[in-house]
Amino acid sequence: MSNKVFARPRALTDVATHYCPGCQHGIVHRLVAEVIDELDIQRKTIGVVPVGCSVLADQYFNVDCQQAAHGRAPAVATGIKRVHPDKVVFTYQGDGDIAAIGTAEIVHAAARGEKITTIFVNNAIYGMTGGQMAPTTLANQITATTPKGRQEDSAGSPIQLSEMLATLRGAKYIERVSVNSPAQMAKAKAAIKKAFETQLSGAGFAMVEVLATCPTNWGKTPVEATRWLNENMLPQFPLGVYKNANEV
Amino acid sequence: MLEKVLMKGNEAIGEAAIAAGCRYYFGYPITPQSELIEYMAKRLPEVGGMFLQAESEVAAINMVYGAAGAGARVMTSSSSPGVSLKQEGISYIAAGELPCVIVNIMRGGPGLGGIQPGQADYFQATKGGGHGDYHCIVIAPNSVQEMADLTALAFNLADRYRNPVMILGDGALGQMMEPVNFDSCKAMLTDKPWATTGMGTRDKPNSINTLQLQPEKLEEVNVHLQAKYALLQTQETRSEAIWTDDAELLVVAYGISSRIALSAVKRARDQGMKVGLFRPITLWPFPKSELADAVKMASAVLVVELSSGQMIEDVNLAIRCSKQVYFQGRTGGMMMKSSDIYDQILQIIAPQGGN
Amino acid sequence: MKHEVIIAGFGGQGVMVMGQLLAYAGMAEGKHVSWMPSYGPEMRGGTANCAVIISDEPVGDPLVSEPTAAIMMNSPSLDKFWRGIKTGGDLILNGSLIEKEVGRNDIHRYRVPINQIAVGLGSEKMINMVALGALLAAVNIVSPERLLSCFAKKFAAKPAILASNTAAFQQGYDCVAKRTL
Ligand SMILES: Cc1ncc(C[n+]2csc(CCOP(=O)(O)OP(=O)(O)O)c2C)c(N)n1
Ligand code: SF4
Repeated sequence: MSNKVFARPRALTDVATHYCPGCQHGIVHRLVAEVIDELDIQRKTIGVVPVGCSVLADQYFNVDCQQAAHGRAPAVATGIKRVHPDKVVFTYQGDGDIAAIGTAEIVHAAARGEKITTIFVNNAIYGMTGGQMAPTTLANQITATTPKGRQEDSAGSPIQLSEMLATLRGAKYIERVSVNSPAQMAKAKAAIKKAFETQLSGAGFAMVEVLATCPTNWGKTPVEATRWLNENMLPQFPLGVYKNANEV
Repeated sequence: MLEKVLMKGNEAIGEAAIAAGCRYYFGYPITPQSELIEYMAKRLPEVGGMFLQAESEVAAINMVYGAAGAGARVMTSSSSPGVSLKQEGISYIAAGELPCVIVNIMRGGPGLGGIQPGQADYFQATKGGGHGDYHCIVIAPNSVQEMADLTALAFNLADRYRNPVMILGDGALGQMMEPVNFDSCKAMLTDKPWATTGMGTRDKPNSINTLQLQPEKLEEVNVHLQAKYALLQTQETRSEAIWTDDAELLVVAYGISSRIALSAVKRARDQGMKVGLFRPITLWPFPKSELADAVKMASAVLVVELSSGQMIEDVNLAIRCSKQVYFQGRTGGMMMKSSDIYDQILQIIAPQGGN
Repeated sequence: MKHEVIIAGFGGQGVMVMGQLLAYAGMAEGKHVSWMPSYGPEMRGGTANCAVIISDEPVGDPLVSEPTAAIMMNSPSLDKFWRGIKTGGDLILNGSLIEKEVGRNDIHRYRVPINQIAVGLGSEKMINMVALGALLAAVNIVSPERLLSCFAKKFAAKPAILASNTAAFQQGYDCVAKRTL
């Protein structure tokens, strides 16, 4: 992969994205698109994009897409997959979308072993609405709605969704990755590929949680943001495979 | 003609949906519509369809969004509190112009309310319910046979106009049994080139997205929707008029109330009183001009509803407040008796009590 | 002709099925019919009832507040409905479970020991057919043959119960027809 970094994957459109400089949503899009290319599934893939900064991702993924109401992507994906069991269906969701307003939908999609793939971009904050507390916001992290830092006794503690979903039998592949370095990116892509393969094999639900930066709402430069992620998010959200039920 | 079978209204909706080509159902149990979800659970797999009990009404309606967007004939059903939860999804479905059928077997509200029949979700169903300038087509059957016939119609209208259609019934119609056949329940299928089925051999991806950040673009979307609604208003109103030609008093009622009202109107006719019944079958689009016609000879109107008075507003608008309008309603799951309506008819026509 | 029947009893006594059978038979005779149940948690252990209309004309209001005939399987049901019965109407009451008298001379009252008869025939489950037999002897809503053939159809999967239920129906019928009350 590293020798053709600048070629645009077929599964991405030729459109400039609206993401902020240093935002890692773009990297994650690209990894997903490369996997779709490599698995040669572009013409049978249907994406479900969320409400969040990636709400316009249907313009970037060069596949059929539906945009879901906030948090409901797993339900929408369920509807699509049940109609087209032979197609590949993925959701792309932020932390607020998946672990706050849409907690029920993702838990139950996983519990049903819905044969979909979920890409979960965890940036520990609400990007689109301007930097409010997310369910994954760290303890004491300052956000627009936790001006003195997130107080665990009143604002709760960060939700570790990968760990939670891994307890469900319907969840067949769960991994948490980051995209902070080329090596991490390669690992992330391999995880995303596994998650799509899990769906293709008919095994069940798969999710990759990608830790990502939001320099804009963290109030940091892109470089500072990657450092902050390594120092603060990794201890709370350890990388690794949380579920691999279809080990072959 | 196929032989009639004795069926509950809820079950008749399910069988009619299947006859009309519906093969996908997503729902969540709630009284008094549970027979419908149970019927679909049993029946859909028998015809190669797919049934899924969702974790909530919120999830169910969004599954419907996905399945409708993927090109399927799909249905969900619930009762009042559950339909409140579905409103977000219905707004998205209307915005995405996705065809589907949503059934509300109404019960008494507000809040958790009760489980006995009601018609208090009229405003929610006909005036939007969710956010934004949109309409569902709203159809109100008044018999088990109509539960069947109008369900099939609902699927066909949904596809033809790419619009969600709501069947607005109530606990009594859902639970009662009457003879029914499914002769007229036919699937009129349409092509759906816009559906997200995977690109396949298409050269461009399809996308269903209800976000328009540019106000000009979003206004265009709205203008387009409103043009469709205007067309619906001219093409798809349905109603029934009984003894309206010479009616001096016009009773207006829909759904189960129209059945109760009809008995009272019949009794009044038998007594020589010039009373007629007007029954809107589509509650949206409301049969405005039909009602305006029916009311011509009348000097007064009596609206009967299982609510505190919701459709009465549309009646007043349709007749431009040109007549005295009386109301009879019951709430909480209570039903008026036809003798109550008869008594009020007497009061209006012969206030001194004699005739 | 329009028959408006209320059948009421304990939840689980089978009053719903009884009403359905009557409606089913009415339909088979080419009449207009409707069956309207009470529903909800009250049915579990409490009283349940259904209203059946069998008419030569299309059924308007499916609710019944002044029944032309009624089967009351227990006291709470009787308390709820006895006042409403139309003058000249027919009331079958389950003498096995109801002791009180009904203070109405303007209706035909038939006190039938429904449970005793069913138990005597081998199973309390047959109370419904005893009651329907009694009802059809009191008032000719549908023909007894039609009701029995509908029973056979509805329970086609269980042919073994046909003979005993026919006997139950007959005993209920005779009880009223021959005034062996
Ligand atoms: C029902 C509803 N409530 C609130 C919003 C506003 N809203 C839009 S995006 C968002 C949070 C998005 O955060 P996240 O899911 O973390 O994604 P990110 O923007 O960080 O990628 C919220 C609250 C909405 N669109 N719909
Ligand atoms: S606000 Fe954050 S998440 Fe959203 S585009 Fe900008 S950097 Fe990315």
